[in-house]
Amino acid sequence: MTLIGDVMFWALGVIAVLSGVAVFWVNSMARATYALAISFVAVGLHLLLLDQAYLGVITILMMVMEMAVMAVYMIMFMGMNPALMPMSMVHDKRLSLVIALVTFALLAAGILLTPWPAGSPAPTEGVTMALGEALMESKMLAMIVLSPVMVATIIAGVSLSLHRGRYDRYGDDLKRPKADDPQPGGVGR
Amino acid sequence: MAADSLLWRIGGGGMLVAALLKITVVPFGEWTLFDFEAGLVWFNAMDVLVWAFVWLVGWGGNSAHALVGGYRFLALAVAYELPLMFALIAPAIAAESLNVGTIVAAQSELWFIVWMPVAFVIYSVGVVAFSVWGPFGSSLGSDIAGGVAAELSGVDRLVFFAGRYGVLVAGAAFAVPLFLGGGSGAFLPEWSWSLLKTVLVLAAFVWIRRKIPLMRPEKFMEVGWMLLIPAGMLQDLLVAMVVVNR
Amino acid sequence: MTLEMVLLIAAALFSVGLYGAISQQVVVMVMMGLELMLNGVILAAGAFWWFLSPEPTGQVLLLVIIAAMTIEMAMGFALATLVHRVRGSDMTDTASELKQ
Repeated sequence: MTLIGDVMFWALGVIAVLSGVAVFWVNSMARATYALAISFVAVGLHLLLLDQAYLGVITILMMVMEMAVMAVYMIMFMGMNPALMPMSMVHDKRLSLVIALVTFALLAAGILLTPWPAGSPAPTEGVTMALGEALMESKMLAMIVLSPVMVATIIAGVSLSLHRGRYDRYGDDLKRPKADDPQPGGVGR
Repeated sequence: MAADSLLWRIGGGGMLVAALLKITVVPFGEWTLFDFEAGLVWFNAMDVLVWAFVWLVGWGGNSAHALVGGYRFLALAVAYELPLMFALIAPAIAAESLNVGTIVAAQSELWFIVWMPVAFVIYSVGVVAFSVWGPFGSSLGSDIAGGVAAELSGVDRLVFFAGRYGVLVAGAAFAVPLFLGGGSGAFLPEWSWSLLKTVLVLAAFVWIRRKIPLMRPEKFMEVGWMLLIPAGMLQDLLVAMVVVNR
Repeated sequence: MTLEMVLLIAAALFSVGLYGAISQQVVVMVMMGLELMLNGVILAAGAFWWFLSPEPTGQVLLLVIIAAMTIEMAMGFALATLVHRVRGSDMTDTASELKQ
């Protein structure tokens, strides 16, 4: 690893941790959400430094998208409008802090005391191709399991958050010819 | 409650940065600024940044109209982004690579637009939409006093709109290696063909600006999910079947 | 850049996330804490692959973590919506009982 790589690594690491702290530090909901986005972008760039091109970029892509949506939920659900009056929305602050610090100390001790094996360095060429082949060949089971879980998530998410079901839209006997929606869709249903 | 000028400035300046970062993976002839292994995903990641930036401009200005514009863009974004992703997958499947240069090389015999017209149309819809352009410009609409840009003035306004045009240009430039055979063409050198095609695609986008009526986000959402996503998936299926039997 | 250094940063991210996940009262903020914890896990998994793994297929683990994150997010948003609709707020304290 070159000097530039080291400098970038440390800069990104500091940015990732500091913006992670900022998530629970700042008063503004928008700032908290986008601080988390910055933390994820920093980790995504870390992955790029570690030669995982596809995974690094996909982390940035997914997390920026998710935080854009998250900001909307924050503002929608925080209630009592903390955007206008900063307030503390925490419980057990001191205990949580102690637990977090103890966890970090334990993890750090484990990391520093474990005699890590000197593994062979990973290949730097064709990593994305290798990932694609692993997904479609030797590790296909992982994706096969993930896909029904994803479908189940979609169904569970929709059924939990559904505001108006089909009986609201099509009437009690489901015989309404056109759905009764407060906002009509563009396909003309 | 004061305006959040930090987030506001990040959003306004970020558009231009996202546009420039998109251009970096586009090959012009033999030159590519950033010949990245996963260039296609890189482009996609940069256009997701536009979500954040447009909303931040809307939020940071501390103005009701601007915020309504920001929400309109996010609602629209949910509808155009997934079809756009499915459209981007099609050339990647055909070229068996995420690298933009390899995708260009795979079109030496037949341009992808010939057998992926649906993906090209969906891609164009996505580009026009993430540039807050023409039929998808409701978040900059005059019915909400300029929407996201309501509070922008002076240099901030210049940079934001430069970024918006930049994103449109980047989208047009990226369509060339993706669907239009990159720099392939007769007589002229490759880079000039890339530029020429980019200008043509861009001209089509600019021409379309006033030709199609404004799409309301809540109506377009259903169009995106009910029409564009299935169409994109069918296109991908077709491409995959062709590639498997090749 | 050594494996220990990357893991220390990952551990710091994890601990900050843990603090948030325990201490925050609002469901969406709890989710942000969980995301931050998974952020640390992503970094650690990437580092393990790069420093230790002899074969490229180890990256699949990261993809599984990212998928787990999307599932967490989708269910979190759905539950936040439900709790907010039923209880009028999305504080975790108000959702401590099944019936109210």
